Amino acid sequence: MTKISMTVDGVNYQDEVEPRTLLVHYLREQLGKTGTVVGCDTSNCGACTVHLDGRSVKSCNVLAVQADGGEVTTIEGVADGETLSPVQEAFRDCHALQCGYCTPGMIMQATDLLRENPSPDEDYVRQHMEGNLCRCTGYHNIVRAVLQAADAGTGGEQA
Amino acid sequence: MTITEEPQTGNREVGRDRRRKEDQRLITGRTRWTDNMQLPGMLHLTMVRSPFAHARITNLDTTEAKAAPGVIAVLTGADVTDLQGSLPNAWPVTPEQKAPPHPAIAVDRVAFSGEIVAVVIARSAAAGRDAAELVDVDYEELDAVTDLKAAAADEVLAHPDLGTNESALWVFDSVEAGTGEDVEAAIRDADVLVEREFRQQRLIPSFMEPRSVVVDPTGEQFVLWSSTQVPHILRLMLALTLGVSESKIRVIAPDVGGGFGGKLQVTPEEVITFLAARHTGKPCKWNETRSESLLSAHHGRDQWQKLTLAARADGTVTGLKVHLTANMGAYLGLVTSGVPILGAFMFNAIYKFPAYRFECQNVFTNMTWTDAYRGAGRPEATFAIERMMDELATELGRDPLEVREQNWIKHEEFPFTTVAGLEYDSGNYEAATARAKELFGYAELRAEQARRRESGDRVQLGIGVSTFTEMCGLAPSRVLGALSYGAGGWEHASVRMLPSGKVEVITGSSAHGQGHETAWSQIVADELGVPFEDIEVLHGDTQISHKGLDTYGSRSLVVGGQAVIAASRKVVEKARPLAAHALEAHEDDLEFSAGRFTVKGAGEGQEGVALTDLALRVFAAHDLPDGTEPGLDADATYDPVNFSYPHGTHLCAMEIDTETGESTMRSYVCVDDVGHVVNPLIVDGQIHGGLVQGIAQALWEEAVYDDQGTLITGSFVDYTLPTSADTISFVTDRTVTPSTTNDLGAKGVGEAGTIASTPAVVNAVLDALRPLGVTDIVMPCTPERVWNAIQGAAHQPLTESAAPHFEESAPNQDTPETEGGTL
Repeated sequence: MTKISMTVDGVNYQDEVEPRTLLVHYLREQLGKTGTVVGCDTSNCGACTVHLDGRSVKSCNVLAVQADGGEVTTIEGVADGETLSPVQEAFRDCHALQCGYCTPGMIMQATDLLRENPSPDEDYVRQHMEGNLCRCTGYHNIVRAVLQAADAGTGGEQA
Repeated sequence: MTITEEPQTGNREVGRDRRRKEDQRLITGRTRWTDNMQLPGMLHLTMVRSPFAHARITNLDTTEAKAAPGVIAVLTGADVTDLQGSLPNAWPVTPEQKAPPHPAIAVDRVAFSGEIVAVVIARSAAAGRDAAELVDVDYEELDAVTDLKAAAADEVLAHPDLGTNESALWVFDSVEAGTGEDVEAAIRDADVLVEREFRQQRLIPSFMEPRSVVVDPTGEQFVLWSSTQVPHILRLMLALTLGVSESKIRVIAPDVGGGFGGKLQVTPEEVITFLAARHTGKPCKWNETRSESLLSAHHGRDQWQKLTLAARADGTVTGLKVHLTANMGAYLGLVTSGVPILGAFMFNAIYKFPAYRFECQNVFTNMTWTDAYRGAGRPEATFAIERMMDELATELGRDPLEVREQNWIKHEEFPFTTVAGLEYDSGNYEAATARAKELFGYAELRAEQARRRESGDRVQLGIGVSTFTEMCGLAPSRVLGALSYGAGGWEHASVRMLPSGKVEVITGSSAHGQGHETAWSQIVADELGVPFEDIEVLHGDTQISHKGLDTYGSRSLVVGGQAVIAASRKVVEKARPLAAHALEAHEDDLEFSAGRFTVKGAGEGQEGVALTDLALRVFAAHDLPDGTEPGLDADATYDPVNFSYPHGTHLCAMEIDTETGESTMRSYVCVDDVGHVVNPLIVDGQIHGGLVQGIAQALWEEAVYDDQGTLITGSFVDYTLPTSADTISFVTDRTVTPSTTNDLGAKGVGEAGTIASTPAVVNAVLDALRPLGVTDIVMPCTPERVWNAIQGAAHQPLTESAAPHFEESAPNQDTPETEGGTL
């Protein structure tokens, strides 16, 4: 077992984990952060996307021990209390989700995308959301939501 | 985007683009997926699966696995052979249908790669997986049949004990049914005969949430949470399969992450988790990996289709003959055998064919079993007939839309009884087509296509057409009975009036992304005149919604929604005598509007009495008319009298690089008639998602096996779901001819996009390449297949592409195209 310490959604945690534990399993099983989900085992689907030190990562592709000392934000830490982030707001407004399983990863990736490029065009959004799979929406409304959040002018996370 | 504004609906909720009630929890991560469940003392299951497609189990040693750290038990087929029953097939399509027993855990023989041979029950999923590696199985390999046509030849048998691979032959003939003429005569007398064979490749539904099951045996009942589309069917089937009292099983479908037919099943894993929980007396969880899901969750499609279309020289179709060979895989799942049969009624599509014969030969192979996948039988039929109508137009040298219009049912001819025996209640194919052509710029694109053909442009333009209909709202129970299906097609709903004025709606539909909580609230808000926000929709738990037939086959709104309407109207009728009592008026003098009973002719300004006030009066029960039951709640079970028939015209423009085979979708326009719309936001979403699933069949997706029967596309690296970068934004619009079979006038929308889009795309690809001599490309039309088709076709090379374009020294010239993807 290896001792790790990290901040997740603003709370500091210190735990012992098996070195082989994936970050996503640590988040889900030890911290109860079940908002972040697992959709595949080959890093293709992006459902598990979180932010590690401010950048989006697929948390199935990071060991918990690699995140030691880091700061993690999950879908559960994106809203500011009852106030949704602009990306969350846009996803609801544009009907960018149906079953909602890919949604946490989509929102985390879109948030990072807009931090990189606050004024993307459709092609940029489509290329940069490529690592997140959705089976329900055909991406049409997801792309619209990201563009709408960009228009709202504040793509980044809430403070 | 939607081009036309939605009609003004006044204060009505139905028709409004309400944002979904479901979304708040889904966008903040407050979800309850089955895999999120953690119960005290919970154990974790790992399945051990056969790597062979067909083999005898000669020895199975679990000693080492049982001794591994954290392992509670290991169960094999031998351990549960008297307990596990046989997994159900609810659809014996013929009285003679043959099927092998379907054990949850194989006992002495496996019939497909991925079949379960043992289960490890351990303290953690990781410990279970480690121990599963220690289960020692000896197999004696048997000859496997993994090719559909080879299986139909009956030389190698998937199940030697059956003596044949043929499960059933199902036939419909319009002469025998009395619905039309003799197709053989039509073929004999035809001026034009089009004979083609098409392949429906094998697909994997690929819902985003992997399947997961939790069974808790610690209370009075077994409580089973499952990522399922069909909690009610699952409950009954588990009881029948395991011999457990139905009343001792409670099934809960919590948040369910997509299904697309793939979770319309009673799975081995659900049975095994139940048995494991009973065996250990502890809550047990099984949660699959994606690879496990692709390998063992049921697959879809997989047919060979032979069609003969007879026509007169003027383009009038006189008959259609269809022969399907349908791959069941190794076993019959819940509706495996019936899926291709559903297509029988749709090959004639929107057309007035006078003669029709349909034969479907269901065949076993040593492959993962097939079952429902979005559209289930109808995409197969629609693909084939829409390809054939293009082939006919090509033979005649005419515009494909013109030939279709010549043969389709005109709007003034509804209701129309088809050669397959269905009565189409409403539709207007002319209107949808006219609107689609306008939005698409059909004439302009045809002109551009002609210019590019003439100039020998390296990038050719193709225009694809699909004018589809489908049968939605599964299904009238009497029709299902006539087709030997094992259940009815009704749906149930309850409406409960709470004393505080709030309303609970219980539905037997089981949403997994469709937005029923929102749409049902809109419907009930209009029916009862209560605010949208005051309505709570409850579903997906057999202890709350005790009766239902769940969600599939575009049935929820037109069957389940109608049940909700019926229950709501019963509430109003139960309230009427109470309102009369309260208002000291005669019942016949009351009218009910906007949630309030008033006395007719009593003039403006009268208060009347609100339904919600009556709910409180009933709760108190202090002053009710003599003999009145103190309750307003009502139940309704609605059995549809007919299917509903959405239709639409889909137009697709594809650009094909004739040098590389790469295809790019330039535009896609669809105009769908789904009847009246409850929530346009949700309907558009269903269309978008459906389109991409159908487009993916045309261009990217295929479950591929090697000749040993091993699934090669066993991960998302190899099974190529489309991404945002592969797809485009769509132009969607609607025309409306209300369905006459339900009070909403709705027709169903869940499968429309998937059914329509596949032929539109393939027709577009072929339309681009026909001048090069290409007449067919087997799906998926990957760049490699397109390129090979161009190379293989006997054609005069285009000027540009004939020029040398590979320089020896040029960089990157041999970088292969990514298999299956267009970037």
